[in-house]
Amino acid sequence: MTEAFTITVNGRPLLVTENVSVAAAMMMANEPCRRSVKGDARAPFCGMGICMECRATVNGVPHCRTCQVFCSPAMEVVTE
Amino acid sequence: MSASFDVIVAGAGPGGIAAATIAAEAGLHVCLLDDNAKPGGQIWRGFGADSARKYPHSHAYLEWSRRLERTACEVWSGWQAIDRLEASTLRLERDGEVQDLRFHKLILATGARERFLPFPGWTLPGVMGVGGLQALVKSGLEARGKRVVVAGTGPLLLAVAAGLAHAGAKIEGIYEQVDFSRLMKFGLSLAKHPEKLMEGACYRGKTLGAPYRTGCWVTRASGSDKFESVTITDGRKEWTHTCDWLACGFHLVPNLELPHLLGCRVANGFVVVNRLQQSSMQDIACAGELTGIGGLEKALLEGEVAGWMAAVRKDRATMLTKRVDRLRKFARQMEQTFALRDELRTLSRPETLVCRCEGVAHGALKECGSWREAKLLARCGMGACQGRVCGAAAEYLYGWQTAGTRPPVFPAAVSTVAAQSDVPEPIHT
Repeated sequence: MTEAFTITVNGRPLLVTENVSVAAAMMMANEPCRRSVKGDARAPFCGMGICMECRATVNGVPHCRTCQVFCSPAMEVVTE
Repeated sequence: MSASFDVIVAGAGPGGIAAATIAAEAGLHVCLLDDNAKPGGQIWRGFGADSARKYPHSHAYLEWSRRLERTACEVWSGWQAIDRLEASTLRLERDGEVQDLRFHKLILATGARERFLPFPGWTLPGVMGVGGLQALVKSGLEARGKRVVVAGTGPLLLAVAAGLAHAGAKIEGIYEQVDFSRLMKFGLSLAKHPEKLMEGACYRGKTLGAPYRTGCWVTRASGSDKFESVTITDGRKEWTHTCDWLACGFHLVPNLELPHLLGCRVANGFVVVNRLQQSSMQDIACAGELTGIGGLEKALLEGEVAGWMAAVRKDRATMLTKRVDRLRKFARQMEQTFALRDELRTLSRPETLVCRCEGVAHGALKECGSWREAKLLARCGMGACQGRVCGAAAEYLYGWQTAGTRPPVFPAAVSTVAAQSDVPEPIHT
C-alpha cells in the first residue's frame, strides 16, 4: 500500500499518494490549472502531455505539464 | 552533454519497448527515450509490476517489461526530443538540462494522440479526451461516483467506458458517431458472425449500465465556469445529459513531428515504410501507430521487426512480415470505418474556439485560405501545443494541409536551443 502524504494546491492541503499525477490532484482539488489567453479556466484535457492545458507552477517552476509530473511530499502547486 | 548509441528508440510505448528489447538482446548499445515519466506509452500507462494485473494487456506488459529490464538498454524517461543537430544527432531536454545523442540507427515509435474536434463548450474544465480521461484515471484521478458521457468515435470508446465503470464511474451514455451499418460492415471483415460482434458491443454497453448507441454525436457542452451538461443528437432529435465529465475524442492521429523533422516521407497521414519498417530516410525505421493506427499487437510486431533489422537480422524480421501485413490491413479498415461524418464540421459557432492555446475562434478562420494563413493572420496553431490539437481539427474542418514541422518540435528553453554541441565522433559498429 502506498503511503499518503500532503501537497498544497493553491495553498490548500490535499492528501495524495505518489502514484497520483499533479494534473489528477488538481482536478480532485477542483482547481483549474491555468487561465487561457482570454481568462477562462482550463483544466487537464488530453491527459498525455500534448495539449498543454494542464500547465501549472510546481514547486516554483512555471509551465510544468502537470499530467507528466507525479506528486511528491510537500509539493506546492499553483494555478497559472 | 552528449552520448553515442548504436540504436536510439524514440518512444517507449509497446512498439519502442519491443524494438529496444530486441536490439539490446542482440548486443547493441541502445537508448530508449520518452518524454513520459515512465515507459509504457499510453496503453501501458500507470502499469507496474504489482498494479498491471488488474488491466487488460497486462500479460504482454509484464513479458516485455521483464525482457527489457534484463537487457543493458538505457531507458531515458522524461526526456523530450526537440531538434536534430545533424543527420544523426538528436537534441533532448529535461528540466532545462540538454543532451545531444548521436545514433547509428534510429527507430521512431512516437505513437499517436487523440484527434479532437471543436464544438461549443469543448474548452470547459471537465471536458476531456476519451484516452485523455483514461490516462488521468490511470494517473490516480478518482472516478468513483462520477457520472460520465463517453462520445466521439473509435474502438477506444467501449474500452475506456469499461475501464471507467470498473473504476467506479457511472457511465451515462456511450455515443459512437459511425452508423450501425458501417460498423456492421467492419465487423463482417473481422468475424464470421458480425451481428454477434455488434450484439456483444451493445450487450457490453448495457452491462456498463449505459446504452452503446451508434450514429449519435455531441453537439455542445454547457456550463458556466466548468462542464455541467452535454447535448447529443442522432441527427433528428437532441437530448441532454447532466453529468460530471464528458470524454470526447475522435479516434487517433500519429505523432508525426519527429518523422517530419527527420525528413521521413509521409503519405495519407502516416509515415511510409516498407515491409521491414524502413522509412524513406536511411537508417531511420518507424514502428507502431506512426505507420497506421492498429493498436497494441501491430505496434509490438512492427517494433520487433525494426529491432531485428537494427540488429542486422533480416532473416528474423522477415519471419514476422506476413503477420504485420495482416495487421496493417486491419489498421486501414479501422481508418475507413471510423471516418468522420460531415455533420461534425457544422458544430462550431463563430465564437467557438478552434485553437485553444491562442484563443482563435472558428469565425476568425473563415477568411483564411490555408493553415499557413491561419497561422500568420490569426495565430491559429502558434501557441504552446504547436498545433498538436487544432492541426488535425483544421485538416478536417477546412481541408488544410497542416503537415510540416520546424524545430524546436516541442517548447524548449532558449538555453537549450542555443546550447553548444559537443557531439562525439561517430561510432562504428
